[in-house]
Amino acid sequence: MGCDDKVDCGRRRLVLATATVGGVTGIVAAVPFVASMLPSERAKSAGAPVEVDISKLTPGQIITVEWRGKPVWIVNRTKEMLDSLKKVADKVSDPNSDKQMQPEYCKNETRSIKPEIFVAVGICTHLGCSPTDKFKTGAESGIDADWQGGFLCPCHGSTFDLAGRVYKNKPAPDNLEVPAHKYLSDSKIVIGIGQDGKAA
Amino acid sequence: MKAKLTALLGWVDARFPLTSSWKTHLAEYYTPKNFNFWYFFGSLAIFVLVLQVLTGIFLTMHYKPDASLNASGVPVAFASVEYIMRDVSWGWLIRYMHSTGASAFFLVIYLHMFRGLLYGSSRKPRELIWLVGMFIYLALMAEAFFGYLLPWGQMSFWGAQVIVNLFSTIPLIGPDLSLWLRGDFVVGDATLNRFFAFHVILVPLVLLGLVAVHVLALHAVGSNNPDGIEIKKNKDANGIPLDGIPFHPYYTVKDIVGVVVFLSAFSIILFFMPEFGGYFLESNNFYPADPLVTPPHIAPVWYFTPFYSMLRAVTINFFWIDAKFWGVVTMGAGTLILLFLPWLDRSPVKSIRYKGPIFKTAVAIFVICFLVLGYLGLLAPTPLRTLVSQICTVLYFAFFLLMPIYSKLDKCKPEPERLSG
Repeated sequence: MGCDDKVDCGRRRLVLATATVGGVTGIVAAVPFVASMLPSERAKSAGAPVEVDISKLTPGQIITVEWRGKPVWIVNRTKEMLDSLKKVADKVSDPNSDKQMQPEYCKNETRSIKPEIFVAVGICTHLGCSPTDKFKTGAESGIDADWQGGFLCPCHGSTFDLAGRVYKNKPAPDNLEVPAHKYLSDSKIVIGIGQDGKAA
Repeated sequence: MKAKLTALLGWVDARFPLTSSWKTHLAEYYTPKNFNFWYFFGSLAIFVLVLQVLTGIFLTMHYKPDASLNASGVPVAFASVEYIMRDVSWGWLIRYMHSTGASAFFLVIYLHMFRGLLYGSSRKPRELIWLVGMFIYLALMAEAFFGYLLPWGQMSFWGAQVIVNLFSTIPLIGPDLSLWLRGDFVVGDATLNRFFAFHVILVPLVLLGLVAVHVLALHAVGSNNPDGIEIKKNKDANGIPLDGIPFHPYYTVKDIVGVVVFLSAFSIILFFMPEFGGYFLESNNFYPADPLVTPPHIAPVWYFTPFYSMLRAVTINFFWIDAKFWGVVTMGAGTLILLFLPWLDRSPVKSIRYKGPIFKTAVAIFVICFLVLGYLGLLAPTPLRTLVSQICTVLYFAFFLLMPIYSKLDKCKPEPERLSG
């Protein structure tokens, strides 16, 4: 803004200062409104860890529990199921779980603490639908003849193996998220707090 | 008596531009005399807007935006819609008018936009009318999306889940942004309440304002017509366009015929097939929302499916960013590219009547692609369908991006001096 003899420079500076103060006030006044849309204290406390009794979970079974309003699966995998993980390793896009979709203590072949017990958030990493379990193998699954068992997302057709690893060339970019969890005893796990004591 | 009324009008006119507004916008708004079928949809859109606002007001008298479970274990919001349908006197009619009206709104708007494409209505000097119209279209999409969550059925819930998660794909800020939009870790009561606020206050206010700007800009510039030539170039001694007729009574009467025909078709759907075979109201939405179970097949309502197909068509990662982000970008670009239409068409003529074979072929391909994308968006994905939607997506974008080239190469016919009728 030029300031020559024709304008009253003092007044122009005052206009500028007033406009600046007014603008800043406007932005600051927006803060409470924007912040009011964040999760409330009640919503945050509802995100507390949950305990699950898995003593009745027999091999080959899956249970779904709710944590932070999301479905969390707990699968007791059979020997055949665990063997299938090696067979599909070249077909999944992140076989070694290099992306941070699981806590450090689950970055292993089975993506779990105990090999047979698999815990995962049942939300597709594409756009948040909940995949369905397709544990039947081969043509019987309705997917394809080579199907080794796993999960199918009904929304956009992403498929995951029995460790929640996403198959290549599917809309979902990442493996299913393994939440922080730990064992309180052999038959009891808690979801939301990790083996390393870290909260999710 | 008459003298008193005239005096009253004078009194008002001295305080508010009543007579002059009546003249500017109706009695002395000169419109081209050759409006055809395609020119029904502007006034119809305003009619449907009024219908949606009115029915919406009465629905809010009974609807409750509450996701908590009632004594019978059904979400309160879902139950309140059932209550409107079953127990409120004539509630079913008002609700079906509103839900059918939503689909009717999009049908009318799509045809209205296509008219603009056919006759070059977006081109100079009507670029701002087109831009404001596109903002209306975007606001309408937001309005429909927010409204669709309110019945709190399975499709409401999972549709919102998918769309809100689109924002989480934005690198860096995405996850926090979608958390802020939802107001909770999942779509829940907080989300339902804010979507209700957006649906009944925020977006309708924006829509009404934009519609006013759209009409004011139109009335300042003047309407285009099927010949795509300016009637203001040929005026009589009084400065009235030779090919113009006053909007009122000529086109008000014509538009009333349009409204009657529209209402006939609307009533048939309203009374005999309000769900329209699952395309207007999806069957899964008659189940209350269940955050733990995704329905086996999720498809948006028909008016979003062309863009939904584009989202699904992108399966390749570019650079270090996932395919799903590029899918979102493609979908967003698919809607936003329409904004640039006024500047993409370099043809010397505006109307398709005087354009050559290349442009006509391009429009035909564009229409086919848009319809195919819309159809595929309703279906579950298979490798073949994904391939077809990829081809159609490329052609959809090619229609716009190559337009500066092919519209220049095209052999156009000369425009007439005066309207051809």
